[in-house]
Amino acid sequence: MGLLEAIIISVIAASTPLLLAAAGELVVERSGVLNLGTEGMMIMGAACGFAGAWLTGSTFIGALFGIAAGCALSLVFAALTLGLAVNQVAAGLALTILGVGLSGLIGAGFVGEKITPAPHLYLPVLTGIPFVGKILFGQDGFVYFSVALVVAIWWFLYRTRAGLILRAVGDSHTSAHALGYPVLKIRLLAVLFGGGCAGLGGAFLPLAYTPFFIPGMTAGRGWIALALVVFSSWLPGRLAAGAYLFGAVTILQLHAQAFGLGIPSQLMTALPYLATVIVLVLISRARGSAGSVAPASLGIVFVPDR
Amino acid sequence: MQLVLEKRAERSTKIAILSPLLAIALTLVTMSVLFAILGKNPATALYVYFIEPLTDSFTLMEIAVKATPLVMIAIGLSLCYLANVWNIGAEGQFIMGAVCGSYLAVVTNGTDAGPWVLPAMLLMGAAGGALWAMIPALCKVRYGANEILTSLMLVYVADLIMDYLVRGPWRDPKGMNFPTTASFDPVATVPALFETGRIHWGALAALIVVALATVMLGRTIKGFEIRVVGAAPRAARFAGFNSKRLVLFTFAVSGALAGLAGIIEVAGPVGVLQPGISPGYGFTAIIVAFLGRLNPVGILIAGLFLALTFIGGEGAQISMKIPLDLTKVFQGILLFYVLACDSLILYRIRLIASPKKASHGIA
Repeated sequence: MGLLEAIIISVIAASTPLLLAAAGELVVERSGVLNLGTEGMMIMGAACGFAGAWLTGSTFIGALFGIAAGCALSLVFAALTLGLAVNQVAAGLALTILGVGLSGLIGAGFVGEKITPAPHLYLPVLTGIPFVGKILFGQDGFVYFSVALVVAIWWFLYRTRAGLILRAVGDSHTSAHALGYPVLKIRLLAVLFGGGCAGLGGAFLPLAYTPFFIPGMTAGRGWIALALVVFSSWLPGRLAAGAYLFGAVTILQLHAQAFGLGIPSQLMTALPYLATVIVLVLISRARGSAGSVAPASLGIVFVPDR
Repeated sequence: MQLVLEKRAERSTKIAILSPLLAIALTLVTMSVLFAILGKNPATALYVYFIEPLTDSFTLMEIAVKATPLVMIAIGLSLCYLANVWNIGAEGQFIMGAVCGSYLAVVTNGTDAGPWVLPAMLLMGAAGGALWAMIPALCKVRYGANEILTSLMLVYVADLIMDYLVRGPWRDPKGMNFPTTASFDPVATVPALFETGRIHWGALAALIVVALATVMLGRTIKGFEIRVVGAAPRAARFAGFNSKRLVLFTFAVSGALAGLAGIIEVAGPVGVLQPGISPGYGFTAIIVAFLGRLNPVGILIAGLFLALTFIGGEGAQISMKIPLDLTKVFQGILLFYVLACDSLILYRIRLIASPKKASHGIA
């Protein structure tokens, strides 16, 4: 396998958790809810996903554990923000603090344990195609699922009636409510979906990326995923492009560290975070006078009048 | 039958006072359940967590030591949150304050520099925190970049800058390769208040900050401006308040306070600059700010309470083998309950027969 091929494969692996979590958050934000708890849900997904895989020996069941953990946390968020009309920013922060703590508690018993990483599915014949074969047809199940997920989300948002309603709820909850759509119920489903995606994105880390669990292993990926949603202008296609771009930054800094180059390793490690800040500034500046493209009701509390 | 939320005609003052207490009570119940799941006796565990630290003068002083940075950071954050500005990067501003202030301690180490060193360090710490906070503030004001994400990203960057310095140029040559600076000289150290214990003059500084914030929010135009911009942005525009300048102001003040807390922490109880100087003070301070209802005196009480959980958590880890992460779980759950209970100030929960019947009744 050539170096370039290896780099591309590792870029895809580094991008997948970002893509999964960000795709879920995109749907959540399109419904008008800002869930800043992605980092908490991801790290819980990582801890529970690893626990599930370690106990059962199955990556698939581990992934389901991760999804369930993300959904459970997002349900708490929904109860507060949708049920009790709590400020979404504050509730999202609480979710992250809680998730980081709980994952440490759950994962403590599993630190130092190892599992077999998710198998790469080598499709016969197709993998034999030179260069692109292994890149396109030799990934693990998470990678295929993440790509299918983004396509499905695009199709759902722009080609189905339910997707249209979800976008309407996010753009004007009062109008949607007046038309008789159950705003809170739709948002609840969106939040649960986002939680499941974040949990799966987190579970990818110990199940496929590194075959062990360390506390705090998401290392801010949840926050980068949130930034990616802003970067994407809430469009699924751009989201995928952004996720792979960030995966590339992550991998390139690792390779640059390996080469030495005399640059402090800390500067290299800081690159993805600095890139996030720079990208946010550039994208906000580019929009400037064109006005915001965010869902109009994003982050605004909605209490239906009867 | 259905539960619905209904807006109250006016804020309920009774619940405004009761809600933090109710939140703490609910948290304690939830914690008891968690202790039981972990196979520990809930009564003993709660005693070790919340009562035992209060029975000993050493741990009482340790609570004050831990509360000092929490209160200082949370006061700054409360100004931001009152103005609807979301600085969640206080942890990074704390670290950068510690780094900038420590610069002087490192370069004057071993020289016979006079007593000017400590005041200069405190100034540089506050300036470092404020400048670090200016990055997300300027990005927001100039380009409209979301301050939540930028301020949070800079926490990781600040942490890496400190890591680089203490492993590289600032490492103690006699430190056996440990990633730490040399111990600060006495002129670069915040003096202790008493002969024994680690409680230091920083605790008094935190009390002064509480007093100043009380005066500013209650008695000055700036305090009024902060609250109007946060509570009624449209009214604030009509009043001619400049919300962009206020973003810069609140970020600068909260950054300076976090930076000051950072340099006081390393020049006081810690005594060197090294990784892990903060057990997440910058994030816990967010909880302190909300638990204290964004009110300076409330924050002082909330800061002492959360400091108690840090000390109690350490005690429980030693004597009952309860994992330290439980303290974070506790803090997260507490914030949830605080937010949920606060919602009851503005809304009441009603049990109604069914939404259709209710609308029928009105017609």
